[in-house]
Amino acid sequence: MDQPNPFTADYRRDIRAGLRDIAPVVVAAIPISLLFGAVAAAKGLSPLEVTIMSALVFAGGAQFAAIETWIHPAPILTLAFATLLINARHVLMGASLSPKVHMSRVQKFLSFFFLTDEAWALSERRALDRPVTGAYWVAMGIVLWANWTFFSSLGAILGSFLGDPARIGADFAFTALFIGLVAGFGRSRVTLVTVGVSAGVAALVHHFIGAPWHVASGAIAGIAAAYRAAPEEVRS
Amino acid sequence: MTLDTTTLLAILAMAVVTYITRIAGLFVADRLVLTGRAKAAFDAIPPAVLVAVIAPTALTTGWPEAAAAAITAVAAFRLPLLATVAVGVVSVVALRGLI
Repeated sequence: MDQPNPFTADYRRDIRAGLRDIAPVVVAAIPISLLFGAVAAAKGLSPLEVTIMSALVFAGGAQFAAIETWIHPAPILTLAFATLLINARHVLMGASLSPKVHMSRVQKFLSFFFLTDEAWALSERRALDRPVTGAYWVAMGIVLWANWTFFSSLGAILGSFLGDPARIGADFAFTALFIGLVAGFGRSRVTLVTVGVSAGVAALVHHFIGAPWHVASGAIAGIAAAYRAAPEEVRS
Repeated sequence: MTLDTTTLLAILAMAVVTYITRIAGLFVADRLVLTGRAKAAFDAIPPAVLVAVIAPTALTTGWPEAAAAAITAVAAFRLPLLATVAVGVVSVVALRGLI
């Protein structure tokens, strides 16, 4: 009677493991979330709109990019296309992780809403020596989602009191954040060529044609440059 | 609490597109094998997009922004993400103060 149910025990242990693994990511995400909300508010989004965006989109990179280029009225197709370009990496991440998680097909379809760079990286690492369960994956996902939604909303509310973001350099925080994220992709020759071509074309298009065309044209030029710069077919 | 219809539609479009990218991998899990140049092009998507977004601010706004972007890039390879953002913000405020 007093024997602990092994399934319940596994379940709880996996939740605890998920919470432990995601904790440092959550802490680091708090100031970034506050910042996102504050700058979104400065671009004219209401706290309610920020809450809805963070809760439904739940993709930092795409949301930062959208807010950076935000104009009124919102260019729906341009934003959707930029979002698709930025989040296309999810396809490869999901394809790689899918066979490693122990969930039914329906559970996967529902819980892959929580796919983020961070939760994916932690799960791929865990999958090296043990199975990734739904309890582990969803525990990480819910905490990260609640954290992002709550603190970006709070940032939007507080941001209205901060006034002009340029005064404290907050308008440059996005740029600095993106430079930091890009550095995470390394310094290989292909990456450097990609970054150089994308930056040059985007700056020129922005100057001579204007926003928001610089995003798609710079990105496509950078991707084409990577294709050209990469060795043809690596025999391995 | 205001909610603009066009803004809401844009948010919903972003949400739907993002969810599709998240579950699309489940369909191609066994079939998607990219190699060589196709893989390089696919891997290049995130940095290419991120750089295209910030290029106007970083390169063509003015010399304080361009110099701060260069300082931030140097810091980015040595510091964690939050410290990199702090370096960027502090540099741009300091450089703008010099004008």
